[in-house]
Amino acid sequence: MMRRVVVTGLGLVTPLASGVEETWKRLLAGQSGAGTITRFDPVNVATKYACEVPLGDGSDGTFNADDHMAPKERRKVDDFILYGMAAADMAVKDSGWTPEDEEGQLRTGVMIGSGIGGLRSIEETTLIIRDKGVRRVSPFFIPGALINLISGQVSIRYGFKGPNHSVVTACSTGAHAIGDASRLIQFGDADVMIAGGAEAAICEIGIAGFNACKALSTKWADNPKAASRPYDEDRDGFVMGEGAGVVVLEEYEHAKARGANIYAEVLGYGLSGDAYHITAPSEDGDGGFRAMQAALKHAGVTPDQVDYVNAHGTSTMADPIELKAVERLLGDAASKATMSSTKSSTGHLLGAAGAIEAIFSILAVRDDVAPPTINLDNPAVETVLDLAPNAKRERKINVAISNSFGFGGTNACLCLGKPR
Amino acid sequence: MSDIADRVKKIVVEHLGVEEDKVAENASFIDDLGADSLDTVELVMAFEEEFGIEIPDDAAETIQTFGDAVKFISDAS
Repeated sequence: MMRRVVVTGLGLVTPLASGVEETWKRLLAGQSGAGTITRFDPVNVATKYACEVPLGDGSDGTFNADDHMAPKERRKVDDFILYGMAAADMAVKDSGWTPEDEEGQLRTGVMIGSGIGGLRSIEETTLIIRDKGVRRVSPFFIPGALINLISGQVSIRYGFKGPNHSVVTACSTGAHAIGDASRLIQFGDADVMIAGGAEAAICEIGIAGFNACKALSTKWADNPKAASRPYDEDRDGFVMGEGAGVVVLEEYEHAKARGANIYAEVLGYGLSGDAYHITAPSEDGDGGFRAMQAALKHAGVTPDQVDYVNAHGTSTMADPIELKAVERLLGDAASKATMSSTKSSTGHLLGAAGAIEAIFSILAVRDDVAPPTINLDNPAVETVLDLAPNAKRERKINVAISNSFGFGGTNACLCLGKPR
Repeated sequence: MSDIADRVKKIVVEHLGVEEDKVAENASFIDDLGADSLDTVELVMAFEEEFGIEIPDDAAETIQTFGDAVKFISDAS
């Protein structure tokens, strides 16, 4: 029999808050993490707003970097690593899994990815070379910007000596990381995996780059909190977010033997490629459909058993394409399911999106409640699916699926459920 | 203590996250102050920036202690 994988720890740093329960509370309350950009002066870019992690002293859900990394170490890494380390720190503490013995350390691995990595560091270092010359490039530039350095840093902090890996699949990164890490446990390479994604691309080069692709919302500078509005008539692109989501995945018997708290089970995982376009999804949504179909098949779940879909739903022209694919997947059962896009609240965290949304799906399973799609005032779509417009849905959720699709036509779907 | 020594000490304290009183004349950056090889590269860069001097790579390798740094910079300035 295939080894089963369960979730025993969660960690979140999001634009809504730092911390799992604080983020979840605000998500269910329908809050938005959007605001005017403060990470840099957005005077020259078309998009003036984003969903930034709230910085502060750690009270009231703010993110205090000192709680997770000493200032001396922080100076050497890009913010995506800081967020990833913080989320990993929360997840590991939550799971209670900090093995001191070598066997435990050898059987624990890390797979935390990022869509872009140290983009801001690349931007700043380029300017240093232009203004001051190559001799001023920091020796910490490369190890502070490389995507796999979250996995490296986490392994060093905790002594996790198992598989050390990293995923880079644009906006599917977080979902692929959790899915691939669960496979490593199923295959026997590890008993515990720390998995997820992190991103910090709210910098001039990041916003300018996505503006150039015409991917970002630009028209809501006067009311940023209303800018991310999946499925709505007035949506005009995604709102960039930043942060990290990390889970502790554990082989079921291993978790049970140590009496760990089990949030949910990773029931299935599906992957596919569009083979269509570098930034646009195929118009028939077939890639997303095949990823979902594969996840259900792997899980042994039938479409009518899916209670909740956490949509990729970026608040772009692609929203209806995913919607049609979900309708096709669920068939007659579509009218019984709830589907929401939590990007309406958090913005799009790119490489971290799949991880934070997997965590929202896990919490939906835990609490039997679906978070809302906020700002859905004038639907641009007609569907029998319940999109939970502007209000959470308290309902039985035994099985949830979480979709993530990325540039390059890369698709991932995670199927999560109450432990069987 | 000289002005140069004060400024060097400030940089060392800031970059290595150590207490000021640990930065003694013969304190080794690597053996006593917890620096690794990348930290020492960054320290030398910070000295160059602060004092507007250039420290060639072969000279940088001889700067192992706080005292070495102060002496090199005093001679170079």
